[in-house]
Amino acid sequence: MNTNSDRRSHTAPIIEINDLTVRYGDKPALNGISFDVYKNEILGIIGPAQSGKTTLLKVINRTLEFTAGTTVEGSVKLDGVDVNTVGDVYGLRRKIGMVLPLPVGLPLSIYDNVAFAPRTAGVRAKSELDEIVERCLQQAALWDEVKDRLNTLGTKLSGGQQQRLTIARALSHQPEILCLDEFSIAVDPITTMRIEDVLKELRAEMTILLVTNLVQQAKRLANRTAFMLNGDLVEIDTTDVIFSDSPGSQATYDYVNGTFG
Amino acid sequence: MNTDIQVSPQEMFTETPIDRQKRRIEGIMRVFLLVITSMMILPLLLIIGYLLYKALPVLSFEFLFTNPKDNMRAGGLWAPFLGTIYLVVVSLLVSAPIGVFAAVYLNEYARENWFTRITNLAVVNLAGVPSIVHALFGVGAFVLFAGLGESILAASLTLAIMTLPVIIASTTEALKAVPMSFREACWNLGATRWQTIRRIVLPNSISGILTGVILQVSRAAGETAPIMFTGAVFYKAIAEGNLFAYNIMEQCMALSLHLFTISTQVPDVTEGIPYGTAIVLVATVLLVNAASIALRVYLRTRKKW
Repeated sequence: MNTNSDRRSHTAPIIEINDLTVRYGDKPALNGISFDVYKNEILGIIGPAQSGKTTLLKVINRTLEFTAGTTVEGSVKLDGVDVNTVGDVYGLRRKIGMVLPLPVGLPLSIYDNVAFAPRTAGVRAKSELDEIVERCLQQAALWDEVKDRLNTLGTKLSGGQQQRLTIARALSHQPEILCLDEFSIAVDPITTMRIEDVLKELRAEMTILLVTNLVQQAKRLANRTAFMLNGDLVEIDTTDVIFSDSPGSQATYDYVNGTFG
Repeated sequence: MNTDIQVSPQEMFTETPIDRQKRRIEGIMRVFLLVITSMMILPLLLIIGYLLYKALPVLSFEFLFTNPKDNMRAGGLWAPFLGTIYLVVVSLLVSAPIGVFAAVYLNEYARENWFTRITNLAVVNLAGVPSIVHALFGVGAFVLFAGLGESILAASLTLAIMTLPVIIASTTEALKAVPMSFREACWNLGATRWQTIRRIVLPNSISGILTGVILQVSRAAGETAPIMFTGAVFYKAIAEGNLFAYNIMEQCMALSLHLFTISTQVPDVTEGIPYGTAIVLVATVLLVNAASIALRVYLRTRKKW
C-alpha cells in the first residue's frame, strides 16, 4: 500500500497523452485515449493482442512514422512539449529507451551494440564510451557474463542475454523513459526475474512503461496499471485497484482474472 | 489410453498397399528429378568439352596477347579481348553506383506512392527490353544526341542502361535480406536512416550486392547487339601488351562481335580460331562467376546472425 508515494509522484506528469487517435489506413488502432504518466513510476500496460499497446509506444517515440499510411490525431507531450513539434526527432528518440518483444542484437560486437547510440549522437572519446558500455551492461545485469568477451558478436549471445543487451543498449543514451514491449516473450523465467529486479532498481532513475502480456508481471512491478482493449483505454488506476476484487470495469476484472470473453 | 483397439507392434509397422505405392512414387520422382538435373549439366559439359577439343591447336598465351592477323584469318585475340574488358569495366563503373544508390533509395527511403510505383514499374520493364532495343536507344541517346560518336564510352553507357535494372533488382533483394528488426532497433536508438544504412544495412548486404553486380559482368561481356552500333568495330589493331591501348572516346573490338564476324563474315579462317575465341569468352565469364561465388562463400563464413 504505497498510496502516499503514488500521490506524491502524481504532481509531476512526464508524459501527457490527450485524446490520442491512431489509424492504419481506415483501421483504427487507438480511439481517443487520454492519460498521464508520472515521473519515476512503473506504469504497467496490459491488454490482449490488437489492443493498441505497441502503437502507443511507437507514437511516443515517433517511430510510427516509419509505417506507411498511418494517421495520428490528438497530442502526446513529453516534459510538456508536443512530440510532433520537437525539432530534433532523433534527440526525442534518445530520451526514450525502447525494448522490443524479440531480442535484437545488432550484427555488431557487444561493445559496439551498446556504444551504437552514443556514437550516433556524436560521442567519440574512447574513455567515455568505455564508461557508458560498462555502466549500461552493469545496469542490465549482463556485465559479469560478457566483460571478458566484449568484442564477440552480440547476435551470438543466448536469447536471454540478447534481451539484456537490448536493455543495456536502450539505457546507453541515458533515457528519461524506458519503454518495454513484452520484453519477456522470448526469455526464460529466470532471466525474466533478473530483468524485473533490474527494472525495480531503474525506477529510481527513470520512468518505466511496461507493456506486458503477463498480468502477474504488471502486478509485481507496476505502481499503476492501464488496461487497454481494442484501442480503448478501459481503465487506468493504481495496481492495487486494478487487481482488487472491484476494479472500475467488469472487463478489467475478467481480463485480470483470466475469465475474459 | 484407448483400450478398445489392440494393435501389436508387428501390425503397426507392416507395410500397407498405400505405403508401398507412396514409396514407389517417391523413388520414381527422385530418379526423374535427378535425370532432369543431369540433362541441364550435360549440355554445358558437352559444349565446353567440344570447344576445348576444337580450340586446343590454337590455344596459347600468344593467342591471347597478339592482334588478329591476315584480315582476321589468323593471329590472336588481344584487341577484342582488351576491348571487352574496357566495355565491361566502364559500363559497370557507371551502372553499379547508380544502381546501388537507386536501390538504396527505393528500399530504404521511398514511401509507397505514385513515384515509387512508377519507378519500380520502369525498372521491371527496362529489365525486359530486348538488347537490340537498348542498342537503338544507345545510338540515339549517346552516339547521336550526346555526341559521343561510336566509341567505347557510348557502347559502355548502352551496356550500363541494359544492366542497370538488374543491378537495382539484385541490390534490392540483398537489402531486403537484412532483417527489418535491425533497422527498427537503430531508429529506436535515435539513428537517422543514413546512419542505419551505413552502419548496419550496407555492411550486412554488401556480399549480396557485389554478387549481383559481378554477375552482370557476364551479361555485359556476352552481349553483341548493344555494342555493334554504338562502339564496337569489326577490326582495329592496337598496341600489343599495353593495357591502356584503347582511348574510351574511340571504337574498339569486342570478343562477342569478333566471334560473330569470324564465324560468319570472314572466309578461310584458321579452323581453331573461332573455337578459341568462344573458349576465351566462356572462360572469362566463368572465371568472373567463380570469383563472385568465392566472394559469397567467404562473406558467408563471416555472417553475423
